[in-house]
Amino acid sequence: MADTSVTHAHETHEHDHHDDAALWEGGKEPFRASYGKLMMWYFLLSDAFTFAGFLIAYGALRFSMPTWPEADFVFASFPFWPGHHPLIFVTVMTFILIASSVTMVRAVQEGHRENQKGVVFWMFLTVLGGAAFLGSQAYEWTTLIATENMTVSQNPFGRHVADGVYLNPDGSEAKRENGQPLSFEKGESYILHMHGADITGMAFHDTEKPGEAMLNHEGTKIKYTTGPDAGRVSEASVGPKAFGALFFFITGFHGFHVFSGVLFLTIIMINAAGGVYAARRNGYEMVEKIGLYWHFVDLVWVFVFLVFYLL
Amino acid sequence: MAGHQSYEEQKALVVKGLLLLGTITIVEVIVALIAKGHMIPGVKFTHGFGHYLYMLLMIGFSIYKAYFIIFFFMHMAYEVRGLAVSVLLPTTLLVWAIIAFFQEGSSWGARRELIKEKDEQIVKPAPAGQPQGYLIPGTAGQTKG
Repeated sequence: MADTSVTHAHETHEHDHHDDAALWEGGKEPFRASYGKLMMWYFLLSDAFTFAGFLIAYGALRFSMPTWPEADFVFASFPFWPGHHPLIFVTVMTFILIASSVTMVRAVQEGHRENQKGVVFWMFLTVLGGAAFLGSQAYEWTTLIATENMTVSQNPFGRHVADGVYLNPDGSEAKRENGQPLSFEKGESYILHMHGADITGMAFHDTEKPGEAMLNHEGTKIKYTTGPDAGRVSEASVGPKAFGALFFFITGFHGFHVFSGVLFLTIIMINAAGGVYAARRNGYEMVEKIGLYWHFVDLVWVFVFLVFYLL
Repeated sequence: MAGHQSYEEQKALVVKGLLLLGTITIVEVIVALIAKGHMIPGVKFTHGFGHYLYMLLMIGFSIYKAYFIIFFFMHMAYEVRGLAVSVLLPTTLLVWAIIAFFQEGSSWGARRELIKEKDEQIVKPAPAGQPQGYLIPGTAGQTKG
């Protein structure tokens, strides 16, 4: 009964359209969508608010800070390709997720045609895409945590609020190897590690490059030469602390969605291969429902990508 | 439901979606790299009007991608109107949330500047012989004999 009601809902709906009493007799689906599908939509709506809350918190904190790390400086590493490659790796991650969303659409379409082999094949590709995305995120996180020393409570990335120059421990102006002063400009990005950080093998370990001064001990002094603080000597500080926590919580929450999506996709793929949904004769509705969830994960990534990497 | 389209039309949609989302993403990244000064030497949109234009463009592209995913990949275009409205309309509350929280964030920033300013203020020590502590209004300058 429950199986057939899905496919025949369209026909039965038309007949007693004006009979209000008949509405209470059951068998009619609100919005002509099955219970499961409708509830998936409402779950996704609530989840959208959770993500929106996170991203708006990021925006509010960013607006409250005089400076904020620049995405093209922070996210610039690529596996097996040393050097500074801004935003290239996250673009690859975005493509992986788009591709897995496309294969999911194909799986749902094959489901509507009751093509079991097609469903399993396209779902398998979707699972691979999800796993590839998680692997990429693992690389991104590992680089940020283990190499660049960013954690939920520590953020080495920042931007200078005014022009200035680095000072030697004795108070004199620090010089580059070529004799030029080790100076910086307003808005220039920096990465600053506190004491004990291992900086060997860092992608940014090149103080000759403008804007990428590397410091690895506490108590480094800087002197501003412009702005309201001109002439004042102060200690170089790490970047806004909230950046690390926001990055790991928001991309982590999204990554957890991807992870649980991969688990559910795998379970549903195995069920589909075992003929569970073929027996239901409802156009592989379960595949359609997990498809909605999977597209939503891609949808959220569109905005995570916008907020963290583009703006 | 997808029954509104033929199988060939459905497959064409998938190719269209892949090309569309892929192209927009590439355009976004190229524009971002230009705006952040990585592509063309000397060209940079990190301040003022150019920066606002850049941000608007990025937000516009992202909203279009979101629209395409919701309406075609998630089939919202083929659902009944009531379902679409009940899911999409509540998200307009976020417009209020964005305005309210960003304004609040800016206010925190202004306060942070004020607190920093007050922290760094050098308070002159009161000259000897002058009263210290709280002054009753109107009694400034008077000393008790």
